Amino acid sequence: MTATNTAMVAKYQNNFLQEVEANVEEGDWVKMCMQCGVCAGSCPLGNAWEHPPQEIFMMIRAGKREEVLSSESMWMCTSCYNCIVRCPRELPITHIMHGLANYAHRLGIAHKKNPTRRFAKIFWNNISKSGRVNELSLSIKLYFMDGIVSGIKKGLQMMGVGLGLVKTGRLDPMALISHKGIKDTKGLQAMLKKANEIEDKRKGYAS
Amino acid sequence: MAKKEYSFYPGCSSERKASASNYMVSVESMCKTLDIQLNEIPDWNCCGASIGYAEGGELPRHTLNARNIALSEKHNANQDIVATCAACWLGTKETQERLSHSEQMLADTKESLKEAGLENDYKGEVPIRHMVEVLIEDFGYEALGKPVTKPLQGIKIAGYVGCQTNRPFGVDGESFENPKYLDKLVETMGAEPVENYDQKVTCCGGALAFSEPEKSQVQIKKIIESAYDHGAEMIVTPCPVCQMNVEVYQDQINKTYGTKFKIPVTYYSQLMAVAYGSNAKEAGLNGNIVRAPQLEEIAAK
Repeated sequence: MTATNTAMVAKYQNNFLQEVEANVEEGDWVKMCMQCGVCAGSCPLGNAWEHPPQEIFMMIRAGKREEVLSSESMWMCTSCYNCIVRCPRELPITHIMHGLANYAHRLGIAHKKNPTRRFAKIFWNNISKSGRVNELSLSIKLYFMDGIVSGIKKGLQMMGVGLGLVKTGRLDPMALISHKGIKDTKGLQAMLKKANEIEDKRKGYAS
Repeated sequence: MAKKEYSFYPGCSSERKASASNYMVSVESMCKTLDIQLNEIPDWNCCGASIGYAEGGELPRHTLNARNIALSEKHNANQDIVATCAACWLGTKETQERLSHSEQMLADTKESLKEAGLENDYKGEVPIRHMVEVLIEDFGYEALGKPVTKPLQGIKIAGYVGCQTNRPFGVDGESFENPKYLDKLVETMGAEPVENYDQKVTCCGGALAFSEPEKSQVQIKKIIESAYDHGAEMIVTPCPVCQMNVEVYQDQINKTYGTKFKIPVTYYSQLMAVAYGSNAKEAGLNGNIVRAPQLEEIAAK
């Protein structure tokens, strides 16, 4: 339980809808859902969602804070935007799912082991370091996130794909040292730091 | 036709020795024929992709894209921003839209941009377009067909549009459920688009191909199976993530499901480069893991 989470519980006094509206990306759309379920039927990974989007929206309105934020469902979003274009009420569902995932992660409630959560974190750290994706470092960190043994196993599984990419000039085996990124990394990092500070302040996150 | 100039946002995967470097090679060849000059945005950064959201909050993500827009509006003033990557295009466009709807978010973004010395450069006025929009809208099929010297006769191609060039913005005049532009491009290059390719807008799993490989490979299998079912010999796509996911996991899918997939997955720009007379190298065909022998044959003629 993080300090931010405790602060949010105190601040919103179990009015979870209000909390989502204030802190989650596009959260003020949640009350617009009319429970038709088109989003659930349109999701490519629909079967993998314990709670499909329309159910999550209803759970938010019913105040099921813990169940929603600890759910792995929104981490199944592939960002295909099918739900958005099909929703009869035009809810930005993809963004709300990203927003919920981000909020759950920020509060320390999201599943520590969820692979997409971990991958997303590795990805963000990767790009905020040099300004551009280092694909080699990204893959290595992903495969080795559960330690050496499992990393070697995954690495072997992915060997064919990796060699294919290297052979066709689409993966630089030397990228850990040769990858350059942008010139103004200093400016970029300062800019992101500032953006984080402003967002924390606006949302009342404990620092 | 007069030279056309754009402010170009290539994106991380288009860099040399990155996963879509062959896309870039073919785009350069295609642009040479069409007399398109791409002015790279100086020192552009990653768009945050669709997977940056866990650690990267809303404002930091928009700030990343705003930096690129500001750099473009500063150095390549009055030029439309053109991206070849679906995610780059989508992310940049989303930021521009969001900032135009929220004064607070715009002010916060500018305050962050100050740290990179760009607070006065963000205007958010320039159109942000995908390369296929440039082709369709600024040239049109007829003009795109004129430079064809080696029509791709007899090749049956499944136009796999995927998600992010199609939703939520899409290409003007196309439907979300059955966009036709890729089929028309295929036809314009002298090849044969397969009819009723029912998985043309199915998601390949996107970034979740890394984190949830089994679930994503179910998607990829559907996309490839349907292409075969409709008689395709090749798949073509406008998106680097679609290309990569549908191409590189074919062996793993074969192992899991006992299938015998071996279908080339190419970019529209590769088809165009070959039809415009480029050799295999100029069309980036040496970058395809599943080689496209039919294209290589035409390119060698």
